[in-house]
Amino acid sequence: MKPLLIARNLSRHFGGLKAVDMVDFSVDAGEVRAVIGPNGAGKTTLVSLLCGRIQPSSGVIGFNGQDITRMPAHLRVRAGIAYTFQITSIFPNLPVYDNIALAVQRTLADGRSRKALDASVRDAMLHVGLTERASTPAAALSYGHQRLLEIAMGLALHPRLLILDEPTQGLSDGEVKDFIKLVRTIRKEATILLIEHNMDVVMKLADRITVMDSGRILAEGSPRSIRANAKVQQAYLGTADA
Amino acid sequence: MNLGKQIFLHLLVIALLAGLEYLLPVYHQGVFARVMVLAVFAMGYNILFGYTGLLSLGHAMFFSAGLYGAGMTVYHLDWGLPLAFLTGIFCAAALSLLIGLLALRTTGVAFMIVTMMFAQVFFLATLYFGEWTRGDEGIVLPQATRLIEFSGLHFDFSNPVTRYYAALVLFAVVLFITLGIVRSRFGRVLVAIRENEERTRMLGYNVFANKLWALVISAGISGAAGAAYALLFGYVGSTFASVQYSILPLLWVLLGGASTTLGPLIGTVLMYYLVDFSSDVLARAVPDWNFSYLGVVGVALILLVLFFPKGILGTIRARWARWLP
Amino acid sequence: MAFGPHLLLATLEGLVTAAVLSLTALGLSLVFGVMRVVNVAHGEFFMLGAVIAWGAASLFTGNAALGFVAALIISPLVVGAVAFISERLVLRRVEYNPEATIVATIGLLYILQQAALTFYGPEARPVEAPFNLRIQLPWFGYSGYKLFVIAAAIVLLLLVWLILTRTRIGLVMRATQIDREMARAFAIPVDRVYAGVFALGAMLAAIAAVLIVPIQQAHYLMGLDPLLLSFIVVIIGGLGSLRGTLVAALIIGVSDGIIAMFFSPTLAKMIATAAVALVLVFRPQGLFGTATR
Repeated sequence: MKPLLIARNLSRHFGGLKAVDMVDFSVDAGEVRAVIGPNGAGKTTLVSLLCGRIQPSSGVIGFNGQDITRMPAHLRVRAGIAYTFQITSIFPNLPVYDNIALAVQRTLADGRSRKALDASVRDAMLHVGLTERASTPAAALSYGHQRLLEIAMGLALHPRLLILDEPTQGLSDGEVKDFIKLVRTIRKEATILLIEHNMDVVMKLADRITVMDSGRILAEGSPRSIRANAKVQQAYLGTADA
Repeated sequence: MNLGKQIFLHLLVIALLAGLEYLLPVYHQGVFARVMVLAVFAMGYNILFGYTGLLSLGHAMFFSAGLYGAGMTVYHLDWGLPLAFLTGIFCAAALSLLIGLLALRTTGVAFMIVTMMFAQVFFLATLYFGEWTRGDEGIVLPQATRLIEFSGLHFDFSNPVTRYYAALVLFAVVLFITLGIVRSRFGRVLVAIRENEERTRMLGYNVFANKLWALVISAGISGAAGAAYALLFGYVGSTFASVQYSILPLLWVLLGGASTTLGPLIGTVLMYYLVDFSSDVLARAVPDWNFSYLGVVGVALILLVLFFPKGILGTIRARWARWLP
Repeated sequence: MAFGPHLLLATLEGLVTAAVLSLTALGLSLVFGVMRVVNVAHGEFFMLGAVIAWGAASLFTGNAALGFVAALIISPLVVGAVAFISERLVLRRVEYNPEATIVATIGLLYILQQAALTFYGPEARPVEAPFNLRIQLPWFGYSGYKLFVIAAAIVLLLLVWLILTRTRIGLVMRATQIDREMARAFAIPVDRVYAGVFALGAMLAAIAAVLIVPIQQAHYLMGLDPLLLSFIVVIIGGLGSLRGTLVAALIIGVSDGIIAMFFSPTLAKMIATAAVALVLVFRPQGLFGTATR
């Protein structure tokens, strides 16, 4: 299958620190890919490079058959890459409705009709179960609901690739279960790239897993093969997070 | 829906201002004509500061670009008033486009200082080109240049009543333009930039372009106020380009309520009368002391920042009337 | 006068400007460096210093030297106290939020101007120089007092530098500058450090003003130029970098003196201000600073 996203020889150095070091990486259309690795392995830097929040020191990134290495972040979003932040990033003083409307109004094809906008916003709120809180300021939501809101904003962009940066961090067990269900419905519409520490979530959702360590890719494969990989066990699974 | 309420409120305010023309004594009529024009300046400032969250300390240059753009074309080139007015707006908008392309590369404190410095350059330029601008002393536009003849109608802007209604028309038009922007999707994006710039970018918006538009609209409105000021009150001078006229709209907007459509008017009216009233009282209480309005402005700024950061309408909106635009 | 001596005279005048400017700008730079706030009222502390110097000197009419020494002691103390009080009453309460601080210090600027206008008046008044010495160079005579200003500024700058690098106070200030939270964890009274730095910055401006009033008269609107020049210096030198501030003060001071002698001062100011705005746009770390990342 033709990959949706390809990165070749991708590097990003901060001073002497090689946060991402000569990484080759690709994601196929339709898959759920998890990226795991210990803290400081370069996961967030990698996805930040992919979505354009930071510029690579070297390397090439292609998306959907197009070279996007020099494309500014907002155009990458328009091309179909949506990103949800590791630290919840919403519009705290705006109501839930406006938060989502901001995502929807940029994607609406007809561009004019208030009705179409309203319908899409209600749709997105329904999808993540926030309909009743439409007029609540986002800052007044519980933490779990704020994470859902952020995912809803990502979804409302109708992305081809949705990047979720540690989405279950800080969620309760019940909320994590709901999240797994939600991702299973989202994957029908979008390819998903998931950075995740919770191995249970990773094993349940991912088709393939990429393991990073010290800015490099240590291993890549199905959940089963990653579990069996001795190098990974030593570097990662064998330690505190397993 | 809220739209009905909002439009009703704005029409009511305009009707009230129209009614005041009959009720007010001549002196206060003059004050209100001036205040309405200055409130337009504040409304322009509010687009950038209140809604987009960019604190400019250089809006005097846009106001005075409008002022000089209109006043100098009338005085030196003898252009008609409508064309001069449009020239004023054009000058302010064009200047803001240039300034924006440079200054919007910075954020936060650097943006404030850069805008202040560009405005200072503009101010110095009004002095340097004193041969045309007459610098500090300024230019008084003769009454004969402040007339419009329009298919048999005569408007003489040195007539207080004509002046009042001209100011009111400008105010009303800009008020509804502001309301339109605030309620539009563009307005929502501006607020989003103010609230969380990075998130807005990651929703696919071109943050720089939107800020630039906000600045150009804000400066265009400020320039319209400057142009109107020159034509209605017949005076053009470099005082209006000085740093004080960058601070005053900030003060008016803070007092009335940032990011409220009617706040700038309320702030401008109150501040104007506060300065007027306090200098009267102080002059009577201690006649041999020197006062200017500076101290009042200073105290007001500090008190607002310390105790009343949302301003009057902002507080009313937060407590009682969420629907206020 | 031939070109050479003319240039020498311009350079000397420039060095006087640079001396006063480096003290003033250093105050602004310290406050920005440690507290990360921009003090728009800095020029008014300069003005206040000059006005109080006039007041102190006029207590000793007849003895210029005594009056000058009195000014040099009283003026920085009063100005420092005013700054300390404004920091406690206003800046601390807005929690050093950058935008709120700017608006609040603009307010302070107007209040100080108003106070000077009310209690000092709209006139410009000179302070007599502490001594009247004319040094005769082969081409022209030059004021000995102006040379004293240059020397005094150098001594004061060295003193500040010693305090910053060699004393506990300096260490505490640098620790606070680098990481406020960490400093707090090490039991450094960050609050008091801030108030002290704000007062110290204002005192430097006041000392600069005392040095300048025998050359330039005290006036309630004299604060704007030093403020803008200090901004220029601090920006060119790199915000918060002390060494950069000094180098920039020297360059701006000397070139200002030379340019003003050969060109229209308004044009020179226009060009300098525009150039500095462009530096801030394209090289926010300053011409001599290095990028933080």
